Amino acid sequence: MSWKGTAVESTTIGTIIRGDREVFPPYLYAAYRASNRRSPNLPLIEVPLTLSELTGPGPAISEVTPEDADLTRNAGTGGEAIGQRIIVTGRVLDEHGRPVPNTLVEIWQANAAGRYLHRNDHWPAPLDPNFLGIGRCLTDEHGVYRFLSIRPGAYPWRNHPNAWRPSHIHFSLFGPSLASRLITQMYFPDDPLHALDPIMNAVPEPARSRLIATYAHDVTEPEWALGYRWDIVLRGPQATPFEEPEGEVR
Amino acid sequence: MSTARLTGAQTVGPFFHPALLREDARRNVLVQPETEGERIRIEGCVYDGDGVPVPDAMVEIWQANHYGRHRHPLDQRPLPLDPTFIGFGRCGTDDAGRYWFETIKPGPVSFDGERSQAPHICVLVFARGLLNHLVTRLYFADEPANAADPVLQRVPPERRETLIAQRAVVDGAVVYRFDIVLQGDGETVFFNI
Repeated sequence: MSWKGTAVESTTIGTIIRGDREVFPPYLYAAYRASNRRSPNLPLIEVPLTLSELTGPGPAISEVTPEDADLTRNAGTGGEAIGQRIIVTGRVLDEHGRPVPNTLVEIWQANAAGRYLHRNDHWPAPLDPNFLGIGRCLTDEHGVYRFLSIRPGAYPWRNHPNAWRPSHIHFSLFGPSLASRLITQMYFPDDPLHALDPIMNAVPEPARSRLIATYAHDVTEPEWALGYRWDIVLRGPQATPFEEPEGEVR
Repeated sequence: MSTARLTGAQTVGPFFHPALLREDARRNVLVQPETEGERIRIEGCVYDGDGVPVPDAMVEIWQANHYGRHRHPLDQRPLPLDPTFIGFGRCGTDDAGRYWFETIKPGPVSFDGERSQAPHICVLVFARGLLNHLVTRLYFADEPANAADPVLQRVPPERRETLIAQRAVVDGAVVYRFDIVLQGDGETVFFNI
């Protein structure tokens, strides 16, 4: 079917994968305690995708500045965050492998000590006055995003005795449609905590391994920062060029 | 079509607020003074399986404008766009599990060449404990078109009311109440999209 120019008359889109349990975690995953009382008991209801889900806010949300992508300095204090500098970059792709340009990527992470700047994070690790732990950018015309940050620390949580979350960065993406909306987490390679983490392990293999970035020496910058590469593949097709239909909106 | 390469979802966790609800990322108010359409306020509470309010959820909405057109390149129907309206909202729940939006009631959206969908708003729910986000829809209690809505008809009749926001007029303002029950008695209908 054509994705350009004409109205959507069909109500079923065969190329969009829904409810794929080989890729997405179940709602109820008993080892992740918080899922026990927050997961639906009843099965999701199958409905055709309509214009409401094949459209989405992605193309219309684009208010970012270049400083937003530098987590080592975007606290605006004039100081630099403490920790091992890292560059995290990759491509955002649709399910056909085509780049998704100009789409918003929002991230958040703990500081080098494993502490979030958040009113509900109370464990006794130091805060860093020069680190907010939040960033965002738009993908470029090749679907590439890029952040400069510091490597987040692991941190304890109360899911089970001696529970620790592996180092990770949270990612939020819109992509071309409501069906492509994704919130997920990126992990770092060679972390012994992976096997012990119920959140990561809720995703079945081989999809689980795809949550782990690879060390990329070509991304590493000499005498500056270690490089990691992580591509993200969203559901659904990249339908049309991202253009505002008309005028500026705020 | 191979699904092997898709990136799986992970929970939003408990610490998303500074990133996703920073002042210019939070979007409770979708309207401007010039925005066309009936002004409505949407209010609700997110509950867990014990009936306890969820204080660390995030609700996002996506909707068509007053004429039923989406601000998106795929929606090329010959209906007016409203330059003051995007149609996207994002709100965190407060300590009592409550969220709210100020928006307009959307127009009907086409379903296929022949049928229309009743006016509705797409609703996404994120929270610690939700490994995937949840997708549902808000319909309007006073809307006759609900009876023929092709998506609502896929829902067992006894569960449809979980998708119907109840209308009230409070201090002269139109308020639609839409509670979201994640689990258990009165569990909201969630869709596989």
